[in-house]
Amino acid sequence: MKTKSIIDRIGWPRLIIGLFFFLLIIVSPIMGLNLTDVFSDVLRRWAMFGILVLAMVPGVQSGIGLNFGISLGIVAGLIGGTTAIEINYRRGGEYQPWADLGLALLIAIPIAIILGYVYGLLLNRVKGSEMTVSTYVGFSAIALSNIVWLVLPFGSGTLVWPIAGEGMRNTISLEQSFGGIMSNPSVTAQQPFPLNLLAFEVGGVVVPIGTILFVLFVCFLMWLFLRSKWGIAMSAAGENELFTRSNAINVDKMRILGTVISTVLGAVGIIIYAQVFGFLQLYNAPLMMSFACVAAILIGGASTRRAGISNVIIGTLLFQGILTTSLPVIKQLMPQGSTLSEVIRIIISNGIILYALSKTRGGTQVES
Amino acid sequence: MKAKNDMNQSNGSQDELVLLQQETMRQKVFSWLFENKVMLLFLIICIGGVWVSGNSAGFVVENVAVRFGRNAFTVMSLLIPVLAGLGLNFSIVIGAIAAQVGLFFAVDWGFSGIIGMLIAFLIATPLASLFGFGVGRLFNKMKGSEMIAGLILGYFADGLYQLFFLYILGGVLPVRTTSLIIPGGIGIKNTIDLTGNMKYALDGVKLVDIVMIFFIIVAVVCAFRIITKIRNKDKSLLKDVIILLVAALVYGLSYVPQIESALMTNSLSLLNVLVIGTVGVIVYAVAKLIGNWRNADSKFKKARYVAIIIAAIVVYALTYIPELEKVLMTSKVPALPLALIAGLSLFNAAFLSTRIGQNMRTVGQSRVIANASGINVDRVRILAMIISTVLASWGQLIYLQNLGTFATYGAHLQVGQFAIAALLVGGASVSKATNKQAITGVLLFHTLFIVAPEAGKVLFNNAMIGEYFRVFVSYGVIALALAMHAWQRKKKPAVEMPA
Repeated sequence: MKTKSIIDRIGWPRLIIGLFFFLLIIVSPIMGLNLTDVFSDVLRRWAMFGILVLAMVPGVQSGIGLNFGISLGIVAGLIGGTTAIEINYRRGGEYQPWADLGLALLIAIPIAIILGYVYGLLLNRVKGSEMTVSTYVGFSAIALSNIVWLVLPFGSGTLVWPIAGEGMRNTISLEQSFGGIMSNPSVTAQQPFPLNLLAFEVGGVVVPIGTILFVLFVCFLMWLFLRSKWGIAMSAAGENELFTRSNAINVDKMRILGTVISTVLGAVGIIIYAQVFGFLQLYNAPLMMSFACVAAILIGGASTRRAGISNVIIGTLLFQGILTTSLPVIKQLMPQGSTLSEVIRIIISNGIILYALSKTRGGTQVES
Repeated sequence: MKAKNDMNQSNGSQDELVLLQQETMRQKVFSWLFENKVMLLFLIICIGGVWVSGNSAGFVVENVAVRFGRNAFTVMSLLIPVLAGLGLNFSIVIGAIAAQVGLFFAVDWGFSGIIGMLIAFLIATPLASLFGFGVGRLFNKMKGSEMIAGLILGYFADGLYQLFFLYILGGVLPVRTTSLIIPGGIGIKNTIDLTGNMKYALDGVKLVDIVMIFFIIVAVVCAFRIITKIRNKDKSLLKDVIILLVAALVYGLSYVPQIESALMTNSLSLLNVLVIGTVGVIVYAVAKLIGNWRNADSKFKKARYVAIIIAAIVVYALTYIPELEKVLMTSKVPALPLALIAGLSLFNAAFLSTRIGQNMRTVGQSRVIANASGINVDRVRILAMIISTVLASWGQLIYLQNLGTFATYGAHLQVGQFAIAALLVGGASVSKATNKQAITGVLLFHTLFIVAPEAGKVLFNNAMIGEYFRVFVSYGVIALALAMHAWQRKKKPAVEMPA
């Protein structure tokens, strides 16, 4: 009986995935793989996705459900990143990583606030079908941004195609900008004293401590916010709309607040992602990114109605951990299976979303 | 109470009545415009696109005709789930997957032509039924979120499909034709060329054979009905016997040398399709008029059918304009897919009048009422999913044999996306979709697809903008339709409250 209640609390999917992850870590050294590389990769991927996954929390808490429309925030972040590089180029193009990063955030966040607000207005009109609508709003946002990347009048050589002279590249290197300044030891080594400690190597394991601390700091801010007056009101709006309304809280306003925060975190998240990754990926690269974030927080134990900081931290670790550790193991086991890891990603991420949807019977969805 | 109101109205003064009628006429036009706003918007975009792109009308019509034969069947497979209240069936991807498994084995076992297609069909149909059953069961657990579940399910199924084709086939299950396997590895190649075995297997079927198949189907159905009626001692045999005789007569006619040589072709030019269409419409309208003349009905709108006949005659007369005639002569639609599309639209229409179709409509309108009136809601929904999945798998077979190359890992990915976008462009919504909307939608959506790159080049000096624009349209129109549906659903109770 007792084991059953424990399993119920952890949840079957999380248990299976957790055990699988554990198994992979044990198997890796036996198969002659370098465990330090595996740990480095897991830490790196966790830092990359941390804030993007955190962006799910305000969405779920405010009642709009799993925010597949985080793509809007991602687009805002990408606009911020590219514009920062362009401004740097017009001013002479010196290597100023911190100014670039700050500028990118400064441009991205207001855009994300505006987009998030409009998106929140839309979501208030489609209560009950937010997830379906938000998925396609996300897809449309990416499709529309494709046109934006083609027409933005940018001139920087790192941004645009060299021969055509117009239209931005698919992948933009951040080597001359903010790439790796909080995560790559070889980049941070060139920085002055306190900044060179933002990433280091211990016994072969690369620790992107700057990014990790940043992610944890943002998580902490979110934790504080959820315990503030506004945060509690927002969570209440997501939990029980009628009850909240009877307490003179404007539910629609709270939902917009949640959407805006989620979108802003999406924008910040993609900039941090690019910082660790070293590249900005435009066009259709972020099309399915929201699915990875949704899957990660669900693996962390969140439902479509409830999500917390611990779900983010555990979920990102398990989901990204499995993906990074399984790749070398699979390569060792079957040399031809280079894409098997990708196939596993598709199956796990969509399987967990389906599982979560099947658990929310009669939840936010209204009977037609 | 209601009768009293009607009395009051009819007692009103003559002037008021005339005014009222004018109002309703104007309201009618406006409400028609409002109902068809999406379709009209795309009609304008398409016309603008064709005009801007500078493509010749012949080029556009020819390509749209090809794409119509290729895609319309799949789009029509979406209609029944909409009827049953399951919304837009994003999981038709799973039907496409079933078709591709069937087609792969048919190719692997070395079959070709119509026999190969038949093998693929025989594998795909039970597989799709099984999948449809599973999807239906799953959707019954997630009532209200079928669309998002269907979308995710499509991606999930794609993962399993990749696992099957990349690692299980060739790895665990043996593959006979080694040329299909990735050189030096396991798993199936990226593209399978169907030229020489399955390409045009259905498109190449001649009209004579279609007539024969049609006759056999009608004969079997009629014979079955006659036998059951004789068993039940039912006396009304005449109708079935007449249908059987007419079918036999038509079949017999195909042996007349002149007719036979005319039927030896495998594709119809648009001109022929148009002539058949207009004649069909005129016959239908005249039959209605005669029926009314014999058995008068006060609600019968004579003017409507007369207008239909006149419109059909005008369309027919237009085909005599030399330029138009030339375009219509050169554009061809393969006969069998066209017949199948026509058959499916008849099926969709006829299905509504059957008992199970009526049950499905009731379930679609309100599950609570359906349940209260003794309909097994869950079973009806599962049936709708099975039908849709099976039809989608057939649609995918038609698509692949026409395309001639089978992109192993890509052919099914966008099926749901594009089919649903096409249906919505035609003016359908999440809760209502008709054959007419499906056909209009396919025509408009593919016109846009053909002209968008050229139009982008002319307008922005960049063909990629046109490309991205059409992708944006396919996502955007779905987002718009879903949002509008949710919006209306939310608004409805507030409007009905005072009553």
